[in-house]
Amino acid sequence: MKITREEVERVAHLARLNLTEKEKEQMTRDMEAIIGFADQINSCDIHDVKPTAHIIPINNVFREDVVVASMDREQLLENAPNQEQGCFSVPQVVE
Amino acid sequence: MAYQDYEIVIGLEVHSELKTHTKIFCGCTTAFGGDPNTHCCPICTGMPGTLPVLNGKVVEYAIRAGLATNCKINQFSKQDRKNYFYPDLPKAYQVSQYDLPLCYEGAVDIELGDGVKTIGITRIHIEEDAGKLLHGSGEGTLVDYNRCGVPLIEIVTEPDLRSPEEVRIFMEKLRTILLYSDVSDCRMNEGSLRCDVNLSVRKKGAKEFGTRTEMKNINSFNFATKAAEYEAKRQIKVLEEGGTIIQETRRWDEERGMTVSMRSKEEAHDYRYFPEPDLMPIVTTDGTLETIRKSLPEMPDARKSRYLEKYQLTAYDADLIVASRNMADFFETAAVASKNPKLVANWIISEVFSRLNEDQKEEGAIPFGPDMLAKLVNLIEGGTISNSIGKKVFAILWDTGKDPETIVREEGLTQISDDSALRAMALEVIAGNPKPVADYQGGKEAAIQSLVGQMMKRTKGKANPKMVLDLLKELLAGQR
Ligand SMILES: [Zn+2]
Repeated sequence: MKITREEVERVAHLARLNLTEKEKEQMTRDMEAIIGFADQINSCDIHDVKPTAHIIPINNVFREDVVVASMDREQLLENAPNQEQGCFSVPQVVE
Repeated sequence: MAYQDYEIVIGLEVHSELKTHTKIFCGCTTAFGGDPNTHCCPICTGMPGTLPVLNGKVVEYAIRAGLATNCKINQFSKQDRKNYFYPDLPKAYQVSQYDLPLCYEGAVDIELGDGVKTIGITRIHIEEDAGKLLHGSGEGTLVDYNRCGVPLIEIVTEPDLRSPEEVRIFMEKLRTILLYSDVSDCRMNEGSLRCDVNLSVRKKGAKEFGTRTEMKNINSFNFATKAAEYEAKRQIKVLEEGGTIIQETRRWDEERGMTVSMRSKEEAHDYRYFPEPDLMPIVTTDGTLETIRKSLPEMPDARKSRYLEKYQLTAYDADLIVASRNMADFFETAAVASKNPKLVANWIISEVFSRLNEDQKEEGAIPFGPDMLAKLVNLIEGGTISNSIGKKVFAILWDTGKDPETIVREEGLTQISDDSALRAMALEVIAGNPKPVADYQGGKEAAIQSLVGQMMKRTKGKANPKMVLDLLKELLAGQR
C-alpha cells in the first residue's frame, strides 16, 4: 500500500509531532512497510468471525458507586508541568 | 429576505450529567463546586499507569434514560477512545462510545399547537465529562479537573426539529423525561444539562439537506432557542446574497446576541476512535433489562392520557401538571382523596403554581401535603365554604400548614346557608338600595349584581353567591 508524504504530515500533525524533512521521508517508508504488513489480514476469510471488542473474554467489570477520598491536592499537582492557584497551568489555549 | 421560503432543519446533541455519587471510572465525588482539583485522583487526571473501572450505576442510568425515550438497547456494548488534544482532557482522549452505544433508535413525542410530533432519537451513549479551563494571571491557561470524569449521557436526535420553538419544546420534554426517570438533576445552571445545536436551512421542498453549522455547549433552553433563531436567519441571509454556508463550529455569544465562528474544526473531527483496551464490554441480560424496565415510573405521556380519561382534565392543564413528577404525584394523591379531581387540578394550576412562583420555589416545595388540598376542595365541593373563602383558607393553609377544616372552624368561615337569616338580610338590602332595585325592575338585569355584592359584604363572603342570587330574584319578582 502506497503512503504519501501528505498522509505522514497529517498523521504527524494529529499526534502533535514535529518531524524533520529527513524523518518524514523515513516515516513514509516505515509506515508503508507497517501498513503493508498489517494489510495481510485483509486476505483472511472473516465472514463468520465476530468483530473483537476485547481480547480477554470478560464482561461487565463494574465498580460500586461509593465515594472514596480524592488525592491530596499538593500531591496531585506534584506531577503538573506548572501550577498556579491550585490548578494545572498549561500554555494558553486559543479559543 | 425570503425567510418563509426556507425550511430550518435542526438536530441536537444533548449532554446530561448522571446523578451518580462518584465519577465514571474512579471513586472521586461528583459533588458540584469544591476548590479546584480537590475532587481528583490519578485516574481522573489521566496519570500514566492508572486503570479505569466502570461505575455500574452509569450503565443502569443510561439504560433507564434509553428505555424512557423508547430506545432499543444494545445488549452487547463497548466503550471507545475519542482522540483529541485539548488541555481539559488530560489523557488526550475521551472515553466515549462509537459503534455500539448502549441505546439506539428511540423516539420522543412533543406536543405542538397542531398535534403531536415524533422526534427520533438516534442514540444515547455514555462518556466522561472534561475539566474546566480558567484564565491564569499571566499567559497561561489554568485547568481544574473536578468535573473531569463526571459521567454523562449524550442523547443524539435525528434532524427532525423544524423551528427554534420546537427545540425549546423538545428540550423541556426531554428534561421532564430525565427527571421522571431519576437519572439526572438537569440543573442547567450547574451545566448538568446542555446541548449542541446542529442547524441547516434549505429551500422548501428541497430534498437535500443544506450545509450545517454546530453551536456547542449551550446551557439554557432560552439560549438554544435564541441561537437557533439567529443562526437560521444568518444562514438564509448568506444564501440569499449568493454565498455558501461553511461547515463550522460556532459559539452563541449571549451578550452580543449572535453566533460567532470558532476556529474551523475540520481536521479536529478526525477523532480516530478505537476500542478502549482498558475497559471490558458491557453485556446486559434480558433479566437486568426487565428489572430496569419495571423500576421505571409511569412516564409523563402515559400519565397525561390517564388524566384526560380518568379525571377529564384538559390537555393544557394535564401538560402543566405532568411537566413535573413532584407536581403530578401531588395532584394524583390529592385527586384520589378528593370528591372533585378536576377542581383539584384547577387549584393547583391557579393557586399553587402562582404561590410557588411568588415564593420562587420549585415544584417540590409545597408546604403542605396533598391530603390538605383535597380537604380544601371537599369543603368547597360540599358547600361548606364558597370559592372565594376557599382562597382565604388556602392562604392560611400555605402559611401555617393547618388543616383546612380547622382553619374554617377557627376563623368562623362556614358558609351561611340558613335560608331565613339570609331572607331577612335580603329584604333589608332591597329596602336600602332603591336605585339598583328600580334599575333591575326596569329591565337592567345586571343591576342585581350590586345587590348580591351588598349581601356578600354583609356576610363577609360567607354566603353562597348562587343562593343569594336566587333569593334576591325570588324576592324582587314578588315585589314587582
Ligand atoms: Zn478520580
